[in-house]
Amino acid sequence: MTRQTRVRAGAAIGVVAGVLAVAAHAGPDDDDLVINGEIEIVTETAAPEHIEHVGTIYSGWRFRSDETQAFQVDDFDNPSMIWVEQAEEVWNTAEGAAGKSCASCHDGSDSMAGVRAVYPKWNEDAGEVRTLEMQINDCRENRMQAETWKYTGGEMVNMVALLSAVSRGIPVNVAIDGPAQSTWEMGKDIYYTRYGQLELSCANCHEDNYGNMIRADHLSQGQINGFPTYRLKNTKLNAVHARFKGCVRDTRAETFAPGSPEFVALELYVASRGNGLSVEGPSVRN
Amino acid sequence: MTRFAIFAATASLCATSAAAEIVKPTDVTFVDGVIEASLTGTPGDPAAGAEIMDKGAGNCIACHAVTELDHLGFHGEIGPPLDGAADRWSEAELRGIVADAKQMFDGTMMPSFYRVDGFIRLGDAYTGDAHQGEVEPLLTAQQIEDVVAYLMTLKDE
Ligand code: HEC
Ligand code: HEC
Repeated sequence: MTRQTRVRAGAAIGVVAGVLAVAAHAGPDDDDLVINGEIEIVTETAAPEHIEHVGTIYSGWRFRSDETQAFQVDDFDNPSMIWVEQAEEVWNTAEGAAGKSCASCHDGSDSMAGVRAVYPKWNEDAGEVRTLEMQINDCRENRMQAETWKYTGGEMVNMVALLSAVSRGIPVNVAIDGPAQSTWEMGKDIYYTRYGQLELSCANCHEDNYGNMIRADHLSQGQINGFPTYRLKNTKLNAVHARFKGCVRDTRAETFAPGSPEFVALELYVASRGNGLSVEGPSVRN
Repeated sequence: MTRFAIFAATASLCATSAAAEIVKPTDVTFVDGVIEASLTGTPGDPAAGAEIMDKGAGNCIACHAVTELDHLGFHGEIGPPLDGAADRWSEAELRGIVADAKQMFDGTMMPSFYRVDGFIRLGDAYTGDAHQGEVEPLLTAQQIEDVVAYLMTLKDE
């Protein structure tokens, strides 16, 4: 047998046997998500044009079990909401030398509806792409004269959860052109780089194999419209960059730091792969 | 008795000198993705190979299903099921695939279990920190032989 036919024979056997073995898990399920009986969440839509190898994009919610999915149907059942309420208090509490709270400049937290959906976003004055976390810390430092928060720390992730909650149902729509383009390209490079001793890229798992099981895990597309996520596994809210870090670490690679230029770029790129899905965070995952 | 004792002594001597002759990851010769000769000269142990399929640096069933290992639960669907692997491949081919599948399958997602160079941002195992010092392959030469011995037991025909 030539090398080529050997390869194809192996692959064909895989396909046939695979159909039998995977029936129980393959692909996303068909469930619809409506939160509190009123917020309709788009968990499936046509992939944006700038995404090359995927025709349809799905929220990670569609890959979770019915039991896990159920936590998100009503805010009373969503464990994240405790921290959203805490952040609401922080929103209204003055802190720092300027004696201001978030509300002093922005009114109620619901005035932020739609903001989560367009971040990461180019900031003209700063000349950089900013994540929501960077913007929050900029407000704290320069407008409130308060201490900045740790990038993936509790206060920060709670505040991001609040800002996500008030944007739920609004489609993700990050801009990738103009001045943001070079950052987006950098993120795309990272997405397709096979890091670590296992030489795995984000795309290996989340583009080529979503819907498949990797040991006990049902792979999703690794979308970030649901962040922050409450994970049943660690019973806390998890920031996007903390998840990135975990996934890179699992390739036996040296990770990037949360808030690093690499992860900011990766966040912009991954967010753009979800343009059209609803903001869904804070979500619940396993 | 005496003869047996001498034999045992020679065997262990051989084992130590064989250990010195283990083919290093950087010295492996692939021909079309295949490694003809054993990496250690010591026959693989299929039972030890079965364990590597399940755990640690092998964890083959993270990606592959093996009916015979059903009791372990949660087999992956990334690569083809390995039932009947020995009907499709020779020992030398399996050795090549397990040692460095990228030699046989261009661009495959399967990790290279007996390679020590060419990595991007190599970490210190699963710590997320940078790797320091000499790089160990994911599996030792003998572990490769053990896994190959196990795969050679997977026959449908
Ligand atoms: C991260 C995923 C992954 C892991 C871990 C993995 N493999 Fe694979 N393996 C694959 C893929 C994908 C293929 C299909 C080759 C291709 O890309 O065309 C494959 C192919 C094979 C084949 C040829 C299959 C056939 O019958 O055609 C064998 C044999 C094999 N792997 C054995 C192993 C063993 C043994 C281990 C552990 C020591 C292992 N694999 C670990 C992904 C993996
Ligand atoms: C070895 C496989 C693997 C690789 C490589 C990998 N991931 Fe993941 N990732 C997983 C698994 C398993 C999960 C949990 C199940 C799921 O949601 O897919 C996950 C979950 C995620 C989630 C959470 C999705 C949600 O809905 O909550 C995001 C986001 C993510 N990954 C992004 C990435 C990015 C970005 C990269 C590359 C830097 C990456 N992953 C690389 C295996 C991987």
